[in-house]
Formats: sequence, C-alpha cells, structure tokens
Amino acid sequence: MSHFPPYTSRVVPLLINDVDTDQIIPARFLKVTDKLGLGQNLFADWRYNADGSPKSDFMLNKPEHAGAEVLLAGDNFGCGSSREHAPWALRGFGFRAVISTSFADIFRSNALKNGLLSVTVDVAVHHELCVLLEENPKATVTIDLASQSLALPNGKQIIFPVDNFSKTCLLNGVDELGYLMQFTDRIFEFETLRR
Amino acid sequence: MNEPKTLFEKIWDSHVVAQEPDSPAVLYIDLHLVHEVTSPQAFDGLRKRALKVRRPDKTVATVDHSIPTLTPVLPIADPLAAKQIQQMERNASEFGIRLYGLDSPHRGIVHVIGPELGFTQPGMTIVCGDSHTSTHGAFGALAFGIGTSEVEHVLATQCLLQRKPKTFEVRVEGTLAQGVSAKDIILALLAKIGVGGGTGHVFEYCGSAIRSLSMEQRMTICNMSIEGGARAGMVAPDDVTFAYIANREYAPKGKAWEESPTHWRTLKTDEGARFDKTITIDANSLSPMITYGTNPGMGMAISDRVPDPARVSDTSQKLALEKSLKYMGLQPGQPLLGKPVDVVFIGSCTNSRISDLRQAAALLKDRKVAPNVRVLVVPGSQDVKRQAEAENLHRVFTDAGAEWREAGCSMCIAMNGDQLEPGQYAVSTSNRNFEGRQGKGGRTFLASPLTAAATAVTGKITDVRTLLKD
Ligand code: SF4
Repeated sequence: MSHFPPYTSRVVPLLINDVDTDQIIPARFLKVTDKLGLGQNLFADWRYNADGSPKSDFMLNKPEHAGAEVLLAGDNFGCGSSREHAPWALRGFGFRAVISTSFADIFRSNALKNGLLSVTVDVAVHHELCVLLEENPKATVTIDLASQSLALPNGKQIIFPVDNFSKTCLLNGVDELGYLMQFTDRIFEFETLRR
Repeated sequence: MNEPKTLFEKIWDSHVVAQEPDSPAVLYIDLHLVHEVTSPQAFDGLRKRALKVRRPDKTVATVDHSIPTLTPVLPIADPLAAKQIQQMERNASEFGIRLYGLDSPHRGIVHVIGPELGFTQPGMTIVCGDSHTSTHGAFGALAFGIGTSEVEHVLATQCLLQRKPKTFEVRVEGTLAQGVSAKDIILALLAKIGVGGGTGHVFEYCGSAIRSLSMEQRMTICNMSIEGGARAGMVAPDDVTFAYIANREYAPKGKAWEESPTHWRTLKTDEGARFDKTITIDANSLSPMITYGTNPGMGMAISDRVPDPARVSDTSQKLALEKSLKYMGLQPGQPLLGKPVDVVFIGSCTNSRISDLRQAAALLKDRKVAPNVRVLVVPGSQDVKRQAEAENLHRVFTDAGAEWREAGCSMCIAMNGDQLEPGQYAVSTSNRNFEGRQGKGGRTFLASPLTAAATAVTGKITDVRTLLKD
C-alpha cells in the first residue's frame, strides 16, 4: 500500500509572499520538547486576536475553508528560521500539501521529512488556481504523488516536480535515517581514510 | 589539468562519502553544533531507535536561545524554558556530548562560541539546527542550517543527505567610508537581491572590500546569507583567518598548527572556475543601511525615504510592501531619519562580538542614552562579556544608561523574556525584522552597531556620520 495515496481536498489561499517560519510558528511556541500540539499555534499572530479569539478575516478561520488539507501560498514560502516546528505545526493543523511558486530550501527539506508535500507550480498555474478559488472558495484539487499530478478544480492536470529520491521515500514510507544507516561501512571507511 | 573549482566545490567534493544515482549525496559532517531549541526531538528519536551519537567528539552543545540574560541567570522563571534547558543537560550527559551549559564560563550564542573556542576551522563542513550556521562560512568552511530530523541524522551517522546547491559569487570591491560597516554591506546585498535571491545557492563573498575585513566583520556578513535565501555563505581563508584561529582552545596545536595553513591556503576558488550567478557591489558608494519593512531584504540607505507601493508594478510585491508598511506603521515616502524609537538592541549572532561592542562603546563614551529609549547590550558569549569588562566597556554602557546583560540570544528572538511590547519600535543589530520576531507586535529596524549606538544617543534614527563629525 502506498504511504501517500492520492487525495482530494479544498484549498486555503494565503497569498502573501515570503511568509517566514516565524509567522508559521512564532518563536515563543518553540519551548517544547516534543512535536505535538503545535497545530493550535500555527500562524498564531495572524490567526488570533489579543484575547485569544479567532480573527474572523484570517483565511484559516473562514468557515468555507474548514477542513482543507492544502494551503496555497505566495512566493518563497517558509523563508527564515530553520525550525522544523513549522512543518510540524502545518501537519498538526491538518495540512498535507502546500502549493506555491517557490519554497525556501530548508523549509522544503523539513516539510518532505514530515510528509508535507511542497508542490511547486509556475506563475500561470498559480494564478489560474487563485482565480478558480475566488470563483468557488470550496473548489477542490486532487494531488497524486505517484504520478506527480495536481488536478485543478477545472479538471486541468498539472505535473509538478519532485525529486525521485524523496518521492520513493514518501511513497514507500522509507525514512531517510534508515537509508543513511545503510552507508555505515562507507562512513567508517571515509573516517579511516581521512585519519 | 584539473577542472578549476570554486571554494564550495572543493569542500563539497572532499566530503562526499557516497553518491548513488538519482539520490542526494551522503555528505560527511566535521562539526555538529547543537542547541536546546532544535535538538530535543532529535535525541528522542535516537532513544526510540536505541542509537548512540556516532561522534560525540565532533558534537558541541550549548544553551543560548531561551536562557535569561539577567544577573543572576538562575532561577529560570519560565518553566518551559527551564525544562528545555534541563533536557539539553540531560541529553548531553546521556549521550556523552560536550555541553557549554549555564554553569560554563564559555557559554554563549552557538555561532559566537564555535569560532571563539577554535572549533570552527577552514575546509570543514559544519551544521547546526539553526539557520545562522552560515556564520561559520567566514572561515572558509561549508556551514549551513538544518532541521531537527537532520540533526538526528547527523547525531546518528555524522552524515547528511544533501543535494549539491548552486554557487553565487558576491564580489564587493572598494573601501568602506567612515561610519559604514560589514552590516551595511550585507543589508545592501539583501536590498538588491531580496529574501529569495539566493535560494538554492551558496554565496562566496570575495573582492577587495571583503579581504580588508576582520574575521568578526566577515562573520557578520556570512551570518545573514540565509536572509537572502542562501543556506551558506563563505569567504576563502587568508592570513586574517589564520591569525584569528591561532592559539584558540580547540585550534590545531604544535605540528598540526604548522601544517594546517598549507592545506588551508588551497581553499580558494581557482582561476577560471565558474559560478552559477554573480553580483558586484561597490563598497565605495555604500552608506549606513537600515530596513523599513518586515523582512531583511526591505532595506535602504539610511537617508532614503520609505518606498511607495504605488510605484511597484508587480502585484504581489506591491501587496507585500503595503502589508509591511501597515505593520510597521510607516507612510510611503517618509524619511526614517529622525523617527523616534523605544528600544535599541545591541546583540545577536550577527553583531555581539567584542569589536561590535567596542564600536558601540566608542560612540556612547561620554554620552548619555536619550531618556525615551531603553538600550540593551547583550554580549554574544561569556568570553565576550569578560573581555568587554576587562576593557571597561560595560562601564561605558551602564554610565550612558544602557543595560549590560549576560550572554544569550535575548531580544533577537524574544524567547527568554527580553522582548518588545506591542507597537514598540526598535533599532536592532540582529538579523531578522519579521513581524513579531522581537516580541509580539514589536517593530524592528535592522542596522549596524554604529547606527544602533547613534540612535541610542539621540533617541531617534540617526545617521552615525553626523555624530562622528563633532
Ligand atoms: S542570536 Fe538570534 S539569530 Fe542568532 S542564533 Fe540566537 S536566535 Fe538565532
């Protein structure tokens, strides 16, 4: 069985460029020693009023987006701090994929390790999806990692890039540490040679 | 003849343990720095798999992010911070890792103590669960930030799976004018390329202006490489580098020391080597820089005016600028010079080393902090603190009316209680002006230690050159 079967979901648009990981999960929530419970503080400073009530105009709080598992983000999503708490918080909230025109390097790498797919699309597709969601905020997309395809609400199929290695790991549930441990002898050899 | 290589390629190539087709390289890591915030889940992962730390001798830990900077540091009022710090202590002792803990006279911000103690050396691969690991590239090392899963990978195997990044030459030629510093070079670069301009690349800083900088200034520049999206930034090592390293506690000694520079001198980009991208910056024309927005790429010369979103053609950039100015409470076209601020923060892994403190102190000497401002001076390490006190710099700061603190990240990340109040303005020598970075609702202008000190004196954003004249 695939660890990453195709799924269909509504989409929350958060069309801001350069969203940094300090916004995704503010630093004051990093004083944890586990990975759980971060979802409730996802985008905390944009999501809640000072009294802790949800801000009604923030995209994640809108009733039409409840339960959406896909985030549509602006350029360069996840820049700044390397905190893996960012994908933990996104996953904790229930997101399984982020669609954007570009991602920051460390964020993308952290995301894939936590089963959060970064789907890179070109500007035209990004724009098309924005327009479709404006027309119908409850419209859905279908994401299939195996065929690397994203189906837009109008049925259009987009192929998105994923490197083969990460794809295999995600589909087969292989963890990277397990892969790395297979190289133990080579690592030992490398250390011996350099001594 | 061998293909000419860049500095980056030389270090990369010599650290590849294995490279399977269609897979990332297995890259060997020479030095793994660890701190309390991004490591607990990694150690838990090791426990779950019953794994050891493969090379405790190549692993160095400290506590810096969530520690108080008040004297005395203990007890820690915040129970979560206290727990995180205890967890670091427990993990270090259980896994046999050297820890510069709360009781260590050498503790400090991880990117300050690594170089200071001589751990950071040319040609190394260095990682830490912290994006400002790029700092160590100033020594001609390949140093970059990683996530917590990768921290676990390195603890367990001393290796990382990495795809080879591209290279980006940042050439800075000329001489800096008085009042202009390394911080202004990097803020100027970021203003040019934006926060995503270096994504997928490693910067190599070169040119006459870089050569003339001290190691501490080079660290300031490499530190902020990540603010341009580049995971690493590096400077080829030279005599300035070797002189800095000599005699540090963990620097090579005796015969090893005599031999090291010979190898280190080969660590430079060969003539004819190609970079994927190149940019040139004219150091002669630089002014002190300041940011006006909510990312480090939103910067300008200090005497410029805040840009007008109406004049930005790209819609998403226009929106981003509008959103930033709204958060910052600034009007398009307004000058920042003369804008009153509430707080000045001198510290962080960008600008908390002894030369930064000396610069700030030279300006504050025989002057007073303006009555409307709170000034926090937070040394990068306890070693920096002691050195500053030996030079009586702490007296200059406290006589002027500034607070002199114990070492730590402090208001750079506002995890330890040192923070801005909602709406407050700060001039900060740190590296990030993201919304809420220095405290929820706080508004940050990033600048050099000189600009920060000048602003402390007048209470408003000030061009330090006006104070240097009299
Ligand atoms: S000083 Fe700031 S940027 Fe540097 S390591 Fe600490 S929190 Fe990170």
